[in-house]
Amino acid sequence: MALLSKKDTKLITDPLLDNNPITIQVLGICSALAITAQLKASIVMALSVMAVLAIGNVVISLMRNIIPSKIRIIVQLVVVAALVIIVDQVLKAFSYELSKTLSVFVGLIITNCIIMGRFEAFALANGPWKSFLDGIGNAAGYGLILVIVGFFRELLGSGTLLGFKVLGDPIEKTGLYALGYENNGFMLLSPMALIVVGIIIWVQRSRNEALIEDH
Amino acid sequence: MEYIELFFKSIFIDNMVFATFLGMCSYLAVSKKVSTAVGLGAAVVFVMLITVPLNWLLDQYILQPGALKWLGAEYADYDLSFLSFILFIATIATMVQLVEIIVEKFSPSLYNSLGIFLPLIAVNCAILGGSLFMQSREIPTLGLATVYGVGSGIGWFLAILAIAAIREKIRYSNVPPALRGLGITFIITGLMAIGFMSFGGMLTGGDEEGAKEEKTVKVETPEADNVKELANNTKEIN
Repeated sequence: MALLSKKDTKLITDPLLDNNPITIQVLGICSALAITAQLKASIVMALSVMAVLAIGNVVISLMRNIIPSKIRIIVQLVVVAALVIIVDQVLKAFSYELSKTLSVFVGLIITNCIIMGRFEAFALANGPWKSFLDGIGNAAGYGLILVIVGFFRELLGSGTLLGFKVLGDPIEKTGLYALGYENNGFMLLSPMALIVVGIIIWVQRSRNEALIEDH
Repeated sequence: MEYIELFFKSIFIDNMVFATFLGMCSYLAVSKKVSTAVGLGAAVVFVMLITVPLNWLLDQYILQPGALKWLGAEYADYDLSFLSFILFIATIATMVQLVEIIVEKFSPSLYNSLGIFLPLIAVNCAILGGSLFMQSREIPTLGLATVYGVGSGIGWFLAILAIAAIREKIRYSNVPPALRGLGITFIITGLMAIGFMSFGGMLTGGDEEGAKEEKTVKVETPEADNVKELANNTKEIN
């Protein structure tokens, strides 16, 4: 790989597991939980965040030497808000139904802590190419958790994946439902998102003991 | 009556943390000690008290389709609602800067303990979320918008206070090592959210619900007093 040096690859792969934005850095939880009842919404949200974070990281990194540090938060907010408006308008134009499902949560990408956190921690100190990779990596780590949570909530909650009835039809009693299987409607309610993320953290930390906290 | 209903609805039924998961980042990060949690919670209530009505005015007179009518008939069909994100966040960032200056001047110890999280109130989703929900739920009057802002702020305060108290106690429990810290906090929050779902019947029920409501009023009074005190203090400061 001539395009990506070893260090650059690490920028992308690290946030996927050992430095995951959600489970380790504790950033960007809000949107991760609220919209994960369907897999489709999770994927769209992950892609939107990836677009905003990658482009925003590059913009901030290009401007890092001319932003006065006292007003940097406002500058960052303006950059993110502009990008989010674009994403929101694109979603409204091409996928109106989905943008209704996501409702205010697209707007809340502005205050998604991942974005501000990466701007502060990375883009302000590194060049544009590295910042771009960091943005992609962190958004992918975020998206990974979103997709896992969305997968389990949609599969167990409504027995579908991306709208396809993978477990059979609950009304006509085909597939698994013929054996007496029932959907767990509880998975569709918001508290279960928290518990699913809790379980993901549990699994992850049991596999890598270095991540365990003191209390 | 409308006001009381919205107040309780925004504290319990539509609780920022447990129903909509807003403000989770600072909720998880600052809830290790009750004292810092109280400080941050109070700051959030105060910022919401100011920003939600301010953003309501912006929404009503600048952003909504046809809101620019007061400028003259030729502006009547403008629709600036796509600008709401950027205007709302600008209002919030300015107000947070103001609160930061005030806290730094009058309570350096609180300022030190809140540390990095004070500027981060600007990116606390609960606050932008409050304004965005205010817009999408089409709250009709300025008074109601204020009540909604304060109610949501108090709801967030309540949530962070509760989890901070639980986390202080859970330190002495025997939690499986891999769940310690973040994991168990997530699961407890999930269980608390299930508990809060039971408030869903509070305002739709019949007469027998009245008694329950009064009880919650009693529990709530100290919180409300705190807010009043805070508001008075800040008035003096200003």
